[in-house]
Amino acid sequence: MAQVLESQRGPVTGTAVAKKKRRPFLLDLYSTAVGKKYVMALTGIGLIGFVVFHMIGNLKMYLGQADMDHYAEFLKALLYPIAPKGVVLWLLRGGLLTMVALHIHAAYSLTQLNHKARPVKYQSERDYQVANFASRSMRYTGVTVLLFVIWHLLDLTWGVVNTVGADGEFIKADVYDNVVRSFERWPVALFYILANIMLGIHLFHGVWSLFQSMGWNSPRFNEWRRSIAAGIATIVVVGNVSFPVAVLAGIVGG
Amino acid sequence: MSNHLKDIILKIWRQNGPQDSGRFETYKVDEISDEASFLEMLDYLNEQLITDGKEAIVFDHDCREGICGTCSLMINGQAHGPERSTATCQLHMRKFSSGAEIVIEPWRAAAFPIIKDLMVDRSAFDRIIESGGFITSVTGGAPDANLIPIPKPVADSAMDSAACIGCGACVAACPNGAANLFTSAKIAHLNLLPQGQAERYKRAESMIEKMDEYFGSCTNHGECEAACPKEISIDVIALANADYRKAKLKNRKFISRI
Ligand code: HEM
Ligand code: SF4
Ligand code: FES
Repeated sequence: MAQVLESQRGPVTGTAVAKKKRRPFLLDLYSTAVGKKYVMALTGIGLIGFVVFHMIGNLKMYLGQADMDHYAEFLKALLYPIAPKGVVLWLLRGGLLTMVALHIHAAYSLTQLNHKARPVKYQSERDYQVANFASRSMRYTGVTVLLFVIWHLLDLTWGVVNTVGADGEFIKADVYDNVVRSFERWPVALFYILANIMLGIHLFHGVWSLFQSMGWNSPRFNEWRRSIAAGIATIVVVGNVSFPVAVLAGIVGG
Repeated sequence: MSNHLKDIILKIWRQNGPQDSGRFETYKVDEISDEASFLEMLDYLNEQLITDGKEAIVFDHDCREGICGTCSLMINGQAHGPERSTATCQLHMRKFSSGAEIVIEPWRAAAFPIIKDLMVDRSAFDRIIESGGFITSVTGGAPDANLIPIPKPVADSAMDSAACIGCGACVAACPNGAANLFTSAKIAHLNLLPQGQAERYKRAESMIEKMDEYFGSCTNHGECEAACPKEISIDVIALANADYRKAKLKNRKFISRI
Protein backbone atom coordinates (compact mmCIF):
# COMPACT_ATOMS: atom_id res chain seq x y z
CA MET A 1 0.00 0.00 0.00
CA ALA A 2 2.98 2.22 -0.36
CA GLN A 3 2.37 5.59 -1.92
CA VAL A 4 5.08 5.87 -4.50
CA LEU A 5 5.31 8.52 -7.14
CA GLU A 6 4.89 6.90 -10.53
CA SER A 7 5.71 9.78 -12.81
CA GLN A 8 9.26 10.99 -13.09
CA ARG A 9 9.92 14.29 -11.38
CA GLY A 10 11.01 17.11 -13.59
CA PRO A 11 14.41 18.70 -13.08
CA VAL A 12 14.71 21.72 -10.80
CA THR A 13 14.98 24.32 -13.51
CA GLY A 14 13.79 27.49 -11.86
CA THR A 15 12.41 28.75 -15.14
CA ALA A 16 8.82 28.75 -16.28
CA VAL A 17 9.04 26.78 -19.47
CA ALA A 18 6.18 24.43 -20.18
CA LYS A 19 7.01 21.08 -21.64
CA LYS A 20 6.46 21.40 -25.37
CA LYS A 21 4.26 18.72 -26.78
CA ARG A 22 3.63 18.75 -30.50
CA ARG A 23 -0.09 18.17 -30.82
CA PRO A 24 -2.86 19.89 -32.70
CA PHE A 25 -4.21 22.71 -30.57
CA LEU A 26 -7.59 21.25 -29.60
CA LEU A 27 -6.12 17.84 -28.76
CA ASP A 28 -3.45 19.57 -26.71
CA LEU A 29 -6.11 21.46 -24.77
CA TYR A 30 -8.22 18.34 -24.29
CA SER A 31 -5.19 16.44 -22.98
CA THR A 32 -5.21 18.53 -19.80
CA ALA A 33 -7.63 18.07 -16.91
CA VAL A 34 -8.78 21.70 -17.01
CA GLY A 35 -9.28 21.40 -20.78
CA LYS A 36 -11.48 18.34 -20.25
CA LYS A 37 -13.49 20.30 -17.73
CA TYR A 38 -14.13 22.99 -20.35
CA VAL A 39 -15.43 20.24 -22.62
CA MET A 40 -17.66 18.86 -19.85
CA ALA A 41 -19.02 22.30 -19.17
CA LEU A 42 -19.63 23.25 -22.82
CA THR A 43 -21.19 19.91 -23.75
CA GLY A 44 -23.18 20.14 -20.50
CA ILE A 45 -24.58 23.50 -21.60
CA GLY A 46 -25.51 22.02 -24.98
CA LEU A 47 -27.25 19.09 -23.32
CA ILE A 48 -29.10 21.36 -20.93
CA GLY A 49 -30.30 23.33 -23.94
CA PHE A 50 -31.64 20.10 -25.40
CA VAL A 51 -33.26 18.95 -22.16
CA VAL A 52 -35.00 22.29 -21.63
CA PHE A 53 -36.32 22.48 -25.20
CA HIS A 54 -37.38 18.85 -25.07
CA MET A 55 -39.40 19.54 -21.95
CA ILE A 56 -40.99 22.70 -23.38
CA GLY A 57 -41.85 20.86 -26.60
CA ASN A 58 -43.52 18.07 -24.68
CA LEU A 59 -45.78 20.53 -22.88
CA LYS A 60 -47.73 20.39 -26.18
CA MET A 61 -49.30 17.20 -24.92
CA TYR A 62 -51.46 19.36 -22.66
CA LEU A 63 -52.87 20.99 -25.78
CA GLY A 64 -54.05 17.64 -27.06
CA GLN A 65 -53.24 14.96 -29.57
CA ALA A 66 -53.34 17.08 -32.72
CA ASP A 67 -50.96 19.72 -31.37
CA MET A 68 -48.51 17.16 -30.08
CA ASP A 69 -48.40 15.15 -33.29
CA HIS A 70 -48.15 18.30 -35.33
CA TYR A 71 -45.18 19.44 -33.24
CA ALA A 72 -43.38 16.17 -34.02
CA GLU A 73 -44.10 16.72 -37.69
CA PHE A 74 -42.77 20.29 -37.40
CA LEU A 75 -39.47 19.07 -35.94
CA LYS A 76 -38.95 16.87 -38.97
CA ALA A 77 -39.65 19.79 -41.26
CA LEU A 78 -37.23 22.20 -39.54
CA LEU A 79 -35.90 24.67 -42.14
CA TYR A 80 -37.94 22.91 -44.85
CA PRO A 81 -37.83 23.62 -47.77
CA ILE A 82 -34.31 25.10 -47.48
CA ALA A 83 -33.19 21.69 -46.31
CA PRO A 84 -35.00 18.47 -47.17
CA LYS A 85 -37.26 17.08 -44.44
CA GLY A 86 -35.44 15.42 -41.58
CA VAL A 87 -31.99 16.76 -42.47
CA VAL A 88 -31.83 19.48 -39.84
CA LEU A 89 -33.22 17.13 -37.24
CA TRP A 90 -30.49 14.63 -38.05
CA LEU A 91 -27.83 17.33 -37.82
CA LEU A 92 -29.12 18.23 -34.37
CA ARG A 93 -29.13 14.56 -33.39
CA GLY A 94 -25.55 14.23 -34.62
CA GLY A 95 -24.56 17.21 -32.50
CA LEU A 96 -26.28 15.72 -29.47
CA LEU A 97 -24.59 12.37 -29.92
CA THR A 98 -21.20 14.04 -30.24
CA MET A 99 -21.79 16.07 -27.10
CA VAL A 100 -22.90 13.01 -25.15
CA ALA A 101 -19.84 11.10 -26.33
CA LEU A 102 -17.45 13.90 -25.40
CA HIS A 103 -19.15 14.51 -22.04
CA ILE A 104 -18.90 10.85 -21.12
CA HIS A 105 -15.35 10.45 -22.37
CA ALA A 106 -14.19 13.46 -20.36
CA ALA A 107 -16.07 12.22 -17.27
CA TYR A 108 -14.55 8.78 -17.65
CA SER A 109 -10.96 9.86 -18.15
CA LEU A 110 -11.06 12.43 -15.36
CA THR A 111 -12.45 9.77 -13.04
CA GLN A 112 -9.51 7.54 -13.98
CA LEU A 113 -7.10 10.41 -13.31
CA ASN A 114 -8.67 10.99 -9.90
CA HIS A 115 -8.35 7.35 -8.92
CA LYS A 116 -4.68 7.47 -9.85
CA ALA A 117 -4.21 10.65 -7.83
CA ARG A 118 -5.12 8.81 -4.63
CA PRO A 119 -4.25 5.14 -5.08
CA VAL A 120 -4.30 4.51 -1.32
CA LYS A 121 -7.59 5.67 0.16
CA TYR A 122 -8.00 7.10 3.62
CA GLN A 123 -8.09 4.18 6.02
CA SER A 124 -10.39 5.95 8.45
CA GLU A 125 -13.74 7.55 7.80
CA ARG A 126 -13.75 10.95 6.10
CA ASP A 127 -15.83 13.71 7.61
CA TYR A 128 -16.88 15.80 4.61
CA GLN A 129 -17.75 19.40 5.34
CA VAL A 130 -19.41 20.79 2.23
CA ALA A 131 -19.37 18.16 -0.52
CA ASN A 132 -23.05 17.34 -1.02
CA PHE A 133 -24.94 14.34 -2.32
CA ALA A 134 -25.24 15.90 -5.77
CA SER A 135 -21.55 16.66 -6.15
CA ARG A 136 -20.51 13.23 -4.90
CA SER A 137 -22.90 11.25 -7.07
CA MET A 138 -22.33 12.92 -10.47
CA ARG A 139 -21.00 9.71 -12.01
CA TYR A 140 -23.97 7.67 -10.81
CA THR A 141 -26.67 10.20 -11.63
CA GLY A 142 -25.03 10.67 -15.03
CA VAL A 143 -24.95 6.96 -15.82
CA THR A 144 -28.58 6.60 -14.68
CA VAL A 145 -29.57 9.34 -17.09
CA LEU A 146 -27.67 7.62 -19.90
CA LEU A 147 -29.40 4.28 -19.26
CA PHE A 148 -32.72 6.07 -19.11
CA VAL A 149 -32.12 7.83 -22.42
CA ILE A 150 -31.39 4.47 -24.07
CA TRP A 151 -34.63 3.03 -22.68
CA HIS A 152 -36.48 6.18 -23.71
CA LEU A 153 -35.31 5.85 -27.32
CA LEU A 154 -36.20 2.15 -27.40
CA ASP A 155 -39.63 3.03 -26.03
CA LEU A 156 -40.75 6.11 -27.94
CA THR A 157 -38.47 6.40 -30.95
CA TRP A 158 -38.08 2.80 -32.06
CA GLY A 159 -41.04 1.33 -30.20
CA VAL A 160 -39.11 -1.80 -29.29
CA VAL A 161 -40.28 -1.74 -25.69
CA ASN A 162 -43.52 0.16 -26.25
CA THR A 163 -46.85 -1.67 -26.18
CA VAL A 164 -47.77 -2.08 -29.82
CA GLY A 165 -50.37 0.11 -31.46
CA ALA A 166 -54.03 -0.85 -31.83
CA ASP A 167 -53.33 -2.41 -35.22
CA GLY A 168 -50.45 -4.41 -33.78
CA GLU A 169 -47.79 -2.09 -35.14
CA PHE A 170 -45.75 0.73 -33.58
CA ILE A 171 -46.53 3.89 -35.49
CA LYS A 172 -43.80 6.40 -34.81
CA ALA A 173 -45.77 9.43 -35.90
CA ASP A 174 -48.54 8.78 -33.36
CA VAL A 175 -46.44 10.45 -30.73
CA TYR A 176 -49.29 11.28 -28.41
CA ASP A 177 -50.68 7.73 -28.35
CA ASN A 178 -47.24 6.23 -27.89
CA VAL A 179 -46.54 8.42 -24.88
CA VAL A 180 -49.89 7.69 -23.28
CA ARG A 181 -49.55 3.94 -23.84
CA SER A 182 -46.06 3.95 -22.40
CA PHE A 183 -46.90 5.84 -19.23
CA GLU A 184 -50.04 3.86 -18.54
CA ARG A 185 -47.64 1.16 -17.39
CA TRP A 186 -46.84 2.38 -13.89
CA PRO A 187 -43.35 0.80 -13.62
CA VAL A 188 -42.36 2.74 -16.74
CA ALA A 189 -43.81 5.93 -15.31
CA LEU A 190 -41.96 5.32 -12.05
CA PHE A 191 -38.64 4.72 -13.83
CA TYR A 192 -39.21 7.89 -15.83
CA ILE A 193 -39.87 9.90 -12.69
CA LEU A 194 -36.84 8.51 -10.83
CA ALA A 195 -34.52 9.07 -13.81
CA ASN A 196 -35.67 12.67 -14.06
CA ILE A 197 -35.00 13.25 -10.39
CA MET A 198 -31.49 11.88 -11.01
CA LEU A 199 -31.15 14.31 -13.92
CA GLY A 200 -32.26 17.12 -11.61
CA ILE A 201 -29.63 16.17 -9.04
CA HIS A 202 -26.98 16.03 -11.80
CA LEU A 203 -27.95 19.49 -12.96
CA PHE A 204 -28.13 20.89 -9.44
CA HIS A 205 -24.39 20.36 -9.12
CA GLY A 206 -23.51 20.52 -12.81
CA VAL A 207 -24.94 23.95 -13.53
CA TRP A 208 -23.24 25.44 -10.49
CA SER A 209 -20.02 23.61 -11.30
CA LEU A 210 -19.79 24.74 -14.92
CA PHE A 211 -19.35 28.37 -13.89
CA GLN A 212 -16.28 27.35 -11.90
CA SER A 213 -14.93 25.12 -14.66
CA MET A 214 -15.23 27.83 -17.29
CA GLY A 215 -13.93 30.50 -14.94
CA TRP A 216 -17.14 32.52 -15.23
CA ASN A 217 -16.80 34.08 -11.89
CA SER A 218 -17.68 37.51 -10.69
CA PRO A 219 -18.74 38.97 -7.37
CA ARG A 220 -21.64 40.48 -9.31
CA PHE A 221 -23.35 37.18 -9.93
CA ASN A 222 -21.55 34.55 -7.83
CA GLU A 223 -24.34 34.48 -5.29
CA TRP A 224 -26.79 33.67 -8.10
CA ARG A 225 -24.99 30.59 -9.35
CA ARG A 226 -26.58 28.26 -6.80
CA SER A 227 -30.04 29.67 -7.50
CA ILE A 228 -29.61 29.37 -11.26
CA ALA A 229 -28.61 25.72 -10.81
CA ALA A 230 -31.51 24.99 -8.49
CA GLY A 231 -33.88 26.85 -10.83
CA ILE A 232 -32.88 24.99 -14.00
CA ALA A 233 -32.93 21.65 -12.20
CA THR A 234 -36.38 22.36 -10.76
CA ILE A 235 -37.92 23.53 -14.03
CA VAL A 236 -36.65 20.46 -15.90
CA VAL A 237 -37.74 17.99 -13.21
CA VAL A 238 -41.17 19.51 -12.56
CA GLY A 239 -41.95 19.76 -16.27
CA ASN A 240 -40.82 16.26 -17.13
CA VAL A 241 -42.31 14.53 -14.09
CA SER A 242 -45.67 16.15 -14.79
CA PHE A 243 -46.09 14.08 -18.00
CA PRO A 244 -46.33 10.58 -16.53
CA VAL A 245 -48.32 11.95 -13.59
CA ALA A 246 -50.77 13.57 -16.00
CA VAL A 247 -51.14 10.33 -17.96
CA LEU A 248 -51.65 8.22 -14.85
CA ALA A 249 -54.15 10.78 -13.51
CA GLY A 250 -56.05 10.66 -16.78
CA ILE A 251 -55.47 14.34 -17.55
CA VAL A 252 -53.59 13.43 -20.71
CA GLY A 253 -55.00 10.66 -22.88
CA GLY A 254 -57.87 9.98 -20.47
CA MET B 1 -8.58 28.05 34.58
CA SER B 2 -7.31 25.05 32.83
CA ASN B 3 -9.18 21.81 32.92
CA HIS B 4 -7.71 18.44 32.36
CA LEU B 5 -8.94 15.92 29.85
CA LYS B 6 -8.72 12.27 30.81
CA ASP B 7 -8.34 9.04 28.89
CA ILE B 8 -7.84 10.23 25.35
CA ILE B 9 -7.67 7.28 22.97
CA LEU B 10 -5.51 7.87 19.90
CA LYS B 11 -5.59 5.72 16.78
CA ILE B 12 -2.49 6.77 14.90
CA TRP B 13 -1.21 5.66 11.49
CA ARG B 14 2.27 4.11 11.78
CA GLN B 15 4.30 3.35 8.69
CA ASN B 16 8.00 2.57 8.70
CA GLY B 17 8.75 4.01 5.29
CA PRO B 18 7.38 4.68 1.83
CA GLN B 19 7.28 0.98 0.93
CA ASP B 20 5.78 -0.25 4.19
CA SER B 21 2.08 -1.02 4.17
CA GLY B 22 1.44 0.68 7.51
CA ARG B 23 -1.31 0.17 10.11
CA PHE B 24 -3.20 1.96 12.85
CA GLU B 25 -1.89 1.66 16.37
CA THR B 26 -3.82 2.63 19.45
CA TYR B 27 -2.35 4.75 22.25
CA LYS B 28 -3.77 6.25 25.39
CA VAL B 29 -3.02 9.62 26.96
CA ASP B 30 -4.19 9.39 30.58
CA GLU B 31 -4.36 13.08 31.29
CA ILE B 32 -3.67 16.29 29.41
CA SER B 33 -4.43 19.97 29.97
CA ASP B 34 -7.08 21.40 27.69
CA GLU B 35 -4.68 24.28 27.12
CA ALA B 36 -2.21 21.95 25.43
CA SER B 37 -2.07 22.25 21.69
CA PHE B 38 -2.78 19.16 19.64
CA LEU B 39 0.88 18.88 18.68
CA GLU B 40 1.94 19.30 22.33
CA MET B 41 -0.33 16.38 23.11
CA LEU B 42 1.57 14.36 20.47
CA ASP B 43 4.89 15.57 21.95
CA TYR B 44 3.70 14.38 25.32
CA LEU B 45 2.74 11.01 23.88
CA ASN B 46 6.14 10.77 22.19
CA GLU B 47 7.89 11.45 25.53
CA GLN B 48 5.92 8.54 26.98
CA LEU B 49 6.88 6.30 24.06
CA ILE B 50 10.56 7.24 24.35
CA THR B 51 10.48 6.60 28.10
CA ASP B 52 9.01 3.18 27.38
CA GLY B 53 11.84 2.53 24.92
CA LYS B 54 9.52 2.68 21.90
CA GLU B 55 9.91 4.60 18.68
CA ALA B 56 8.46 8.10 18.64
CA ILE B 57 5.73 8.97 16.14
CA VAL B 58 7.03 11.03 13.24
CA PHE B 59 4.96 14.06 12.28
CA ASP B 60 5.68 17.36 10.53
CA HIS B 61 5.71 20.70 12.32
CA ASP B 62 7.79 23.83 12.44
CA CYS B 63 6.49 27.30 13.35
CA ARG B 64 3.56 26.07 15.44
CA GLU B 65 1.77 29.34 14.87
CA GLY B 66 0.00 28.71 11.60
CA ILE B 67 2.34 30.50 9.24
CA CYS B 68 4.80 28.00 7.79
CA GLY B 69 2.55 25.30 6.36
CA THR B 70 4.64 22.42 7.65
CA CYS B 71 2.14 20.74 9.95
CA SER B 72 -0.47 18.44 8.46
CA LEU B 73 -2.58 15.52 9.78
CA MET B 74 -5.99 14.19 8.93
CA ILE B 75 -7.74 14.30 12.30
CA ASN B 76 -11.04 12.43 12.61
CA GLY B 77 -11.47 12.61 8.85
CA GLN B 78 -10.85 16.35 8.59
CA ALA B 79 -7.68 17.94 7.24
CA HIS B 80 -6.13 20.04 10.05
CA GLY B 81 -8.81 18.76 12.40
CA PRO B 82 -12.19 20.06 13.55
CA GLU B 83 -11.27 23.73 14.03
CA ARG B 84 -12.11 25.82 10.95
CA SER B 85 -9.53 28.08 9.25
CA THR B 86 -6.63 26.94 11.39
CA ALA B 87 -3.68 24.68 10.84
CA THR B 88 -3.18 21.60 13.01
CA CYS B 89 -0.62 23.47 15.10
CA GLN B 90 -3.34 25.94 16.13
CA LEU B 91 -5.73 23.23 17.26
CA HIS B 92 -6.09 22.84 21.01
CA MET B 93 -7.20 19.99 23.19
CA ARG B 94 -10.15 22.05 24.46
CA LYS B 95 -11.81 21.16 21.17
CA PHE B 96 -12.06 17.57 22.47
CA SER B 97 -13.53 16.03 25.58
CA SER B 98 -12.44 13.34 28.05
CA GLY B 99 -12.61 9.81 26.71
CA ALA B 100 -12.52 11.05 23.12
CA GLU B 101 -11.25 8.71 20.42
CA ILE B 102 -9.11 10.61 17.93
CA VAL B 103 -8.01 9.03 14.64
CA ILE B 104 -4.91 10.52 12.99
CA GLU B 105 -3.83 9.78 9.44
CA PRO B 106 -1.28 11.30 7.08
CA TRP B 107 -2.32 13.28 3.99
CA ARG B 108 -3.03 10.74 1.27
CA ALA B 109 -2.25 11.45 -2.37
CA ALA B 110 -0.08 9.81 -5.00
CA ALA B 111 1.94 13.02 -5.19
CA PHE B 112 2.46 13.11 -1.41
CA PRO B 113 4.29 9.85 -0.67
CA ILE B 114 4.52 8.95 3.00
CA ILE B 115 8.05 9.33 4.33
CA LYS B 116 7.34 7.83 7.74
CA ASP B 117 4.27 7.58 9.97
CA LEU B 118 2.42 10.88 9.56
CA MET B 119 5.05 12.72 7.54
CA VAL B 120 4.59 13.11 3.78
CA ASP B 121 6.74 14.51 1.00
CA ARG B 122 5.03 17.57 -0.45
CA SER B 123 7.74 18.54 -2.92
CA ALA B 124 5.31 18.12 -5.82
CA PHE B 125 4.15 21.59 -4.72
CA ASP B 126 7.69 22.85 -5.26
CA ARG B 127 7.62 21.49 -8.80
CA ILE B 128 4.49 23.56 -9.43
CA ILE B 129 6.02 26.72 -7.95
CA GLU B 130 9.21 26.21 -9.98
CA SER B 131 7.17 26.04 -13.13
CA GLY B 132 5.84 29.59 -12.80
CA GLY B 133 5.10 30.73 -9.26
CA PHE B 134 7.48 33.67 -9.37
CA ILE B 135 8.12 36.91 -11.22
CA THR B 136 11.24 37.72 -13.16
CA SER B 137 12.39 41.02 -11.77
CA VAL B 138 15.42 43.24 -12.10
CA THR B 139 18.10 42.74 -9.51
CA GLY B 140 19.88 45.56 -7.76
CA GLY B 141 18.73 48.00 -5.15
CA ALA B 142 15.32 47.42 -3.60
CA PRO B 143 12.70 49.46 -5.47
CA ASP B 144 10.86 52.17 -3.60
CA ALA B 145 7.66 51.07 -1.96
CA ASN B 146 4.55 52.25 -3.80
CA LEU B 147 6.53 52.81 -7.00
CA ILE B 148 3.89 50.84 -8.87
CA PRO B 149 0.36 52.00 -8.05
CA ILE B 150 -1.97 49.10 -7.26
CA PRO B 151 -5.68 49.60 -6.58
CA LYS B 152 -6.54 48.66 -3.02
CA PRO B 153 -9.09 45.92 -3.89
CA VAL B 154 -6.53 44.30 -6.18
CA ALA B 155 -3.85 44.42 -3.52
CA ASP B 156 -6.32 42.92 -1.03
CA SER B 157 -7.31 40.06 -3.34
CA ALA B 158 -3.69 39.33 -4.18
CA MET B 159 -2.85 39.36 -0.48
CA ASP B 160 -5.71 36.96 0.31
CA SER B 161 -4.35 34.54 -2.30
CA ALA B 162 -0.77 35.01 -1.15
CA ALA B 163 -1.84 33.89 2.33
CA CYS B 164 -1.57 30.27 1.13
CA ILE B 165 1.09 28.54 3.23
CA GLY B 166 1.42 25.49 0.97
CA CYS B 167 0.33 23.01 3.63
CA GLY B 168 -1.44 20.66 1.22
CA ALA B 169 -4.67 20.41 3.21
CA CYS B 170 -6.60 21.24 0.05
CA VAL B 171 -5.19 18.17 -1.70
CA ALA B 172 -5.70 16.04 1.40
CA ALA B 173 -9.32 17.13 1.81
CA CYS B 174 -10.21 16.86 -1.87
CA PRO B 175 -12.08 13.64 -2.71
CA ASN B 176 -10.21 13.73 -6.05
CA GLY B 177 -6.74 14.49 -4.70
CA ALA B 178 -6.72 17.68 -6.79
CA ALA B 179 -4.35 20.57 -6.11
CA ASN B 180 -6.39 23.28 -7.82
CA LEU B 181 -6.79 25.44 -4.72
CA PHE B 182 -3.06 25.60 -4.00
CA THR B 183 -2.06 26.10 -7.64
CA SER B 184 -4.79 28.65 -8.28
CA ALA B 185 -3.96 30.60 -5.14
CA LYS B 186 -0.39 30.92 -6.35
CA ILE B 187 -1.52 31.85 -9.87
CA ALA B 188 -4.06 34.38 -8.60
CA HIS B 189 -1.56 35.99 -6.25
CA LEU B 190 0.79 36.97 -9.07
CA ASN B 191 -1.69 37.25 -11.94
CA LEU B 192 -3.66 39.91 -10.10
CA LEU B 193 -0.69 42.19 -9.53
CA PRO B 194 0.95 44.48 -12.11
CA GLN B 195 4.32 42.84 -11.41
CA GLY B 196 2.92 39.50 -12.52
CA GLN B 197 1.49 40.63 -15.86
CA ALA B 198 4.52 39.99 -18.06
CA GLU B 199 4.46 36.28 -17.31
CA ARG B 200 0.75 36.01 -16.62
CA TYR B 201 -0.25 33.60 -19.38
CA LYS B 202 2.94 31.61 -19.41
CA ARG B 203 2.49 31.18 -15.67
CA ALA B 204 -1.11 30.00 -15.92
CA GLU B 205 -0.23 27.51 -18.64
CA SER B 206 2.92 26.11 -17.04
CA MET B 207 1.61 25.82 -13.50
CA ILE B 208 -1.67 24.17 -14.45
CA GLU B 209 0.06 21.73 -16.76
CA LYS B 210 2.67 20.94 -14.12
CA MET B 211 -0.15 20.36 -11.62
CA ASP B 212 -1.68 17.90 -14.10
CA GLU B 213 1.41 15.71 -13.90
CA TYR B 214 0.90 15.01 -10.21
CA PHE B 215 -2.67 15.61 -9.06
CA GLY B 216 -6.31 14.78 -9.69
CA SER B 217 -8.98 16.89 -11.32
CA CYS B 218 -11.27 19.40 -9.62
CA THR B 219 -15.00 18.59 -9.52
CA ASN B 220 -15.94 21.65 -7.48
CA HIS B 221 -16.94 19.92 -4.26
CA GLY B 222 -15.50 22.82 -2.26
CA GLU B 223 -13.88 20.60 0.39
CA CYS B 224 -10.53 22.36 -0.14
CA GLU B 225 -11.95 25.75 0.81
CA ALA B 226 -13.50 24.26 3.95
CA ALA B 227 -10.19 22.66 4.97
CA CYS B 228 -7.88 25.55 4.10
CA PRO B 229 -6.32 27.13 7.19
CA LYS B 230 -6.02 30.41 5.32
CA GLU B 231 -9.60 30.43 4.02
CA ILE B 232 -8.50 30.68 0.39
CA SER B 233 -11.71 30.92 -1.64
CA ILE B 234 -12.47 28.62 -4.56
CA ASP B 235 -12.98 31.84 -6.51
CA VAL B 236 -9.24 31.63 -7.22
CA ILE B 237 -9.87 28.33 -9.03
CA ALA B 238 -12.33 30.05 -11.35
CA LEU B 239 -9.79 32.80 -11.94
CA ALA B 240 -7.05 30.32 -12.79
CA ASN B 241 -9.41 28.37 -15.06
CA ALA B 242 -10.23 31.57 -16.93
CA ASP B 243 -6.56 32.54 -17.20
CA TYR B 244 -5.62 29.08 -18.43
CA ARG B 245 -8.25 29.29 -21.18
CA LYS B 246 -6.98 32.74 -22.22
CA ALA B 247 -3.38 31.54 -21.97
CA LYS B 248 -3.92 28.64 -24.34
CA LEU B 249 -5.42 30.96 -26.94
CA LYS B 250 -3.01 33.86 -26.49
CA ASN B 251 0.17 31.80 -26.29
CA ARG B 252 -0.89 30.01 -29.44
CA LYS B 253 -1.50 33.29 -31.20
CA PHE B 254 1.87 34.70 -30.14
CA ILE B 255 3.73 31.61 -31.28
CA SER B 256 2.06 31.58 -34.68
CA ARG B 257 2.96 35.22 -35.28
CA ILE B 258 6.70 34.72 -35.61
C1 HEM C 1 -23.98 9.28 -19.30
C2 HEM C 1 -24.36 10.38 -18.92
C3 HEM C 1 -23.58 11.35 -18.07
C4 HEM C 1 -22.48 11.15 -17.28
C5 HEM C 1 -21.73 9.87 -17.02
C6 HEM C 1 -22.16 12.42 -16.71
C7 HEM C 1 -21.12 12.63 -15.83
C8 HEM C 1 -20.73 13.85 -15.39
C9 HEM C 1 -19.63 14.11 -14.53
C10 HEM C 1 -18.73 13.05 -13.90
C11 HEM C 1 -19.53 15.44 -14.37
C12 HEM C 1 -18.45 16.16 -13.62
C13 HEM C 1 -18.96 16.73 -12.38
C14 HEM C 1 -18.05 17.82 -11.92
O1 HEM C 1 -16.89 17.85 -12.32
O2 HEM C 1 -18.49 18.65 -11.17
C15 HEM C 1 -20.58 16.05 -15.13
C16 HEM C 1 -20.79 17.39 -15.23
C17 HEM C 1 -21.86 17.97 -15.87
N1 HEM C 1 -22.89 17.30 -16.51
FE1 HEM C 1 -22.97 15.34 -16.84
N2 HEM C 1 -23.03 13.35 -17.16
C18 HEM C 1 -23.93 12.72 -17.99
C19 HEM C 1 -25.01 13.27 -18.64
C20 HEM C 1 -25.35 14.61 -18.59
C21 HEM C 1 -26.51 15.19 -19.20
C22 HEM C 1 -27.56 14.41 -19.99
C23 HEM C 1 -26.46 16.53 -18.93
C24 HEM C 1 -27.40 17.63 -19.31
C25 HEM C 1 -28.62 17.52 -19.55
C26 HEM C 1 -25.28 16.79 -18.16
C27 HEM C 1 -24.91 18.01 -17.71
C28 HEM C 1 -23.75 18.27 -17.01
C29 HEM C 1 -23.27 19.56 -16.66
C30 HEM C 1 -23.90 20.90 -16.98
C31 HEM C 1 -22.07 19.37 -15.96
C32 HEM C 1 -21.17 20.46 -15.38
C33 HEM C 1 -19.87 20.58 -16.11
C34 HEM C 1 -18.78 21.18 -15.25
O3 HEM C 1 -18.67 20.87 -14.08
O4 HEM C 1 -18.02 21.96 -15.78
N3 HEM C 1 -24.62 15.59 -17.96
N4 HEM C 1 -21.30 15.06 -15.75
S1 SF4 D 1 -4.62 26.66 -0.50
FE1 SF4 D 1 -4.96 26.54 1.74
S2 SF4 D 1 -5.06 24.31 2.12
FE2 SF4 D 1 -4.11 24.55 0.09
S3 SF4 D 1 -1.91 24.58 0.45
FE3 SF4 D 1 -2.58 26.74 0.48
S4 SF4 D 1 -3.00 27.16 2.66
FE4 SF4 D 1 -2.89 24.93 2.48
S1 FES E 1 3.62 24.24 12.13
FE1 FES E 1 3.79 26.02 10.87
S2 FES E 1 1.77 26.16 10.12
FE2 FES E 1 1.55 24.56 11.55
